Amino acid sequence: MTGKQPFEAVVTKHGLTVLRVCRAVLGPADADDAWSETFLAAMRAYPDLPADANVEAWLVTIAHRKAIDVTRAAARRAIPVAQPRDDAVAPAADSAGDGLDSDLAGAVARLPAKQKQAVAYHYLAGLPYTDVAAIVGGSADAARRAAADGIATLRRSHFGATGTRTREEGL
Amino acid sequence: MNGNELTSELTRAFPDAPADLGRLRARLAAAAQRDGILDVAYRTVDSPVGPLLLAATEAGLVRVAYASEDHDAVLQALADRISPRVLNAPARLDAAARELGEYFTGRRRGFDLPLDWRLSAGFRRAVLGHLAEIGYGHTASYAAVARLAGNPKAVRAAATACATNPLPVIVPCHRVIYADGRIGRYLGGPDAKRTLLTLEAAG
Repeated sequence: MTGKQPFEAVVTKHGLTVLRVCRAVLGPADADDAWSETFLAAMRAYPDLPADANVEAWLVTIAHRKAIDVTRAAARRAIPVAQPRDDAVAPAADSAGDGLDSDLAGAVARLPAKQKQAVAYHYLAGLPYTDVAAIVGGSADAARRAAADGIATLRRSHFGATGTRTREEGL
Repeated sequence: MNGNELTSELTRAFPDAPADLGRLRARLAAAAQRDGILDVAYRTVDSPVGPLLLAATEAGLVRVAYASEDHDAVLQALADRISPRVLNAPARLDAAARELGEYFTGRRRGFDLPLDWRLSAGFRRAVLGHLAEIGYGHTASYAAVARLAGNPKAVRAAATACATNPLPVIVPCHRVIYADGRIGRYLGGPDAKRTLLTLEAAG
């Protein structure tokens, strides 16, 4: 009888995607901790995961919770200054560039949390909006709108700014 | 720009980081060990009889496998029979790797490692438990091994025990040959068996 794959195979198959998601949602500084916490928690629970479960959605769900924990811990450590609102747009990062790609990463980092999560879970992890909604809360339509808003902002700030990257046909 | 293009653009924005991932995987293995959830740790080592897979539970070395057994299939079997919490985590196998290295370079004649016998039971387990009594550089017949294990008539069962030894090299089933001198079956193939016997004969 062949049951669940060795956990090593899960890390091999999904490790990079989860790292990308953590980097998109948290930025590079906190992504390592979130990845580590995610895979440690996943490994702990792995024997009880149903055999037919969607492993990627399960991992992103755990990563989402761990990202919230990491964000809260960082907020507790931070010196309290004027709290930015959730939908506030952070100041533009200096463009003295690591070039295009880190520029886009920076633009993702500046998205409001909900939009950033919807973009990361749908476009980077490849989850359908029903799964994204189950993770972030709210309806699938709301998740779709959040991702569309995020992409629109990325297009304005990044693709739009580079000119040639804007396509007539839109999204 | 369509969804696929966006996905590849975004994927490029968060590029592959094999070095980072390697570091994170090592960190995961260490944390899993610390938290007591690393049920099966494994690594592979190179040897004169090809790459060997070494796997250990908290209790000790549980499996040594030849490449001919298909390491992926062996890992899947370990996941099925012991636990799916299996990681490539070399640290737990450091002592086993070191002792095997010494053995293959003729500097070690016996192994001093904790063994986890859970993959072997009953008469097979009894047979394997007696194999260490066949000293380095010596051989014994299947009949002699059946006698050692307390059932002189169970020669075929003794042969099966050797052929399904979960800890080859460490538990020296390679020292069991036919009474007429033919080398007999071996998990790693007859060439591997001959290599080990030649190595030991030289020592």
